[in-house]
Amino acid sequence: MKILICLSNVPDTTTKVKFVDNNTQLDKTGIQWIINPWDELALTRALELKEDADASVESITVITVGGKDSETTIRKALAIGADDALRVDADPGDAYVVASQIAEAIKDKGYDIILCGIESSDYNSSLVGGMLSELLNIPSISAVSGLHISNNEVTLDRDIDGGKEVVSAPTPFVAVVQKGIAAEPRIASMRGIMMAKKKPIDVIAPQSVEVLTEFAGYELPQSKAACKIIDPENVKELVDLLRNEAKVI
Amino acid sequence: MSVLVFTENWDGQFKKLSFELVSYASKIAEMLNTTTTAVSIGNVGDSELNKLGKYGADKIISVSDNKLVNLDNQAYTAVIAELAEKEGAKTIIFSNNNVGKALAPRLSAKLKAGLVSGAIKVPGTIDPFTLTKKVFSGKAFASVIIKSESKIITLAQNSFKLIEKNNTPSIEQYAPQVSDDLIKTSIKNVEKQTGKVILTDADIVVSGGRGMKSPDNWGPIEELAEILGAATACSRPVSDEGWRPHNEHTGQTGKIIAPNLYFAFGISGAIQHLAGISSSKFIVAVNTDKEAPIFEAADYGIIGDALKVLPELISAVKEVKSS
Repeated sequence: MKILICLSNVPDTTTKVKFVDNNTQLDKTGIQWIINPWDELALTRALELKEDADASVESITVITVGGKDSETTIRKALAIGADDALRVDADPGDAYVVASQIAEAIKDKGYDIILCGIESSDYNSSLVGGMLSELLNIPSISAVSGLHISNNEVTLDRDIDGGKEVVSAPTPFVAVVQKGIAAEPRIASMRGIMMAKKKPIDVIAPQSVEVLTEFAGYELPQSKAACKIIDPENVKELVDLLRNEAKVI
Repeated sequence: MSVLVFTENWDGQFKKLSFELVSYASKIAEMLNTTTTAVSIGNVGDSELNKLGKYGADKIISVSDNKLVNLDNQAYTAVIAELAEKEGAKTIIFSNNNVGKALAPRLSAKLKAGLVSGAIKVPGTIDPFTLTKKVFSGKAFASVIIKSESKIITLAQNSFKLIEKNNTPSIEQYAPQVSDDLIKTSIKNVEKQTGKVILTDADIVVSGGRGMKSPDNWGPIEELAEILGAATACSRPVSDEGWRPHNEHTGQTGKIIAPNLYFAFGISGAIQHLAGISSSKFIVAVNTDKEAPIFEAADYGIIGDALKVLPELISAVKEVKSS
């Protein structure tokens, strides 16, 4: 099995976001960039499977769409344990651009399992995995919280309202993964960091892709009205407020 | 040219979100001066289908095909694309839930239709077609323009109020061309919770964090949830410790929810937790630390020990519920 993981390069989740150029661009000053948390969990699961002889995982490749600066994130993934990496040298634009660039870059490379995080923590769009599967005309399974390989048969746990299903899928396919796919992301070891420097990053020239959507501007949420503090000795007042002011119970 | 809206049912009954979606679609249809066509896949009876008319569907296309019993993203996408073409629909609406997230992006790529996911209101303007969505996990809003002729929107859950129009819709039974080789995935096993309120669909959510001190203290959280008809949830440390199952974890990397009322007991409100709950209409926080960030997000707060407040809250709620 050859596994591919699509990586998104996102601001650290504790970043306080600000915008510039008349609120049309993210202010990138001082932002720490990380591997999108769900993509990192996907990578972790792929590494676990590679260590499991039953799963017979041959290689783990990561791919990202972005400029040279996104290579820091790629190196991190290589340090954690991915074998090699692809970078499509294009501005990520919107999800359709990203999915189209990845589809074009990998169409003849024979990956069996393609993993994408359920969303990126910046644009929260949850789109690339589904678009990619359609562009490649292969099955997709979304909301995946478990991935198992045994005797070359792949099963996935898919979350549904109030439960889960075990889905069987033929390779190749795209799985859009979420919480539960792996327990904790791995931390790169010193040896891993050293080895990552020698691992290849294949830079691929971009295709021209039709632009379907455009981010026109940003706005910060208005600050919320102050919290009404209720005396712990007077819990009845809270119930009264919820019933008569908020009208929610 | 109608607006096409993909509805979801649960064992033949429409989910609440389907009515929200139809209301939303019919509002957009009004702006575009066209009609609303709802699509239902599954075995849904006519009286149930007619309920979609109440919220503004002019036409309902019901697809009941045994091959489509299980969600296969590729097959469902093909069917919806076929219907969109048949109806000449250029605007297609899904929920931004697990099913919508599975289907809408595939359809977007298939139709080359620009897609905005998690829209929180109707388009601000039609030309350009501009939608608002949350970005950076709720830390900002973005306006996004769809430039393509075909357009797809997934609507954030619990973000649009039901509108009653009381239409009498026409119902069409439609048999799509679903060839066997189109369906490549199969379901081997299903585990469903029974009798519990589904977290992502709940109007009220009662949630606990590390301030609950031990998994043995969850009784009152479950009791309060039961009295209120609420779902239970928890913060990340609680699910990481194994005190509660992972499917209860709400927050940036867990479930993102938008109930009418969210109770946070013993949750400090890390930025990642707030990302998962900030769309709640009302937030109640109970925490011993008055500096805890949860109080900045909360509408109502009690500075005190959740374990002491819970029993009193339960009896106060019981009192008003029985009066």
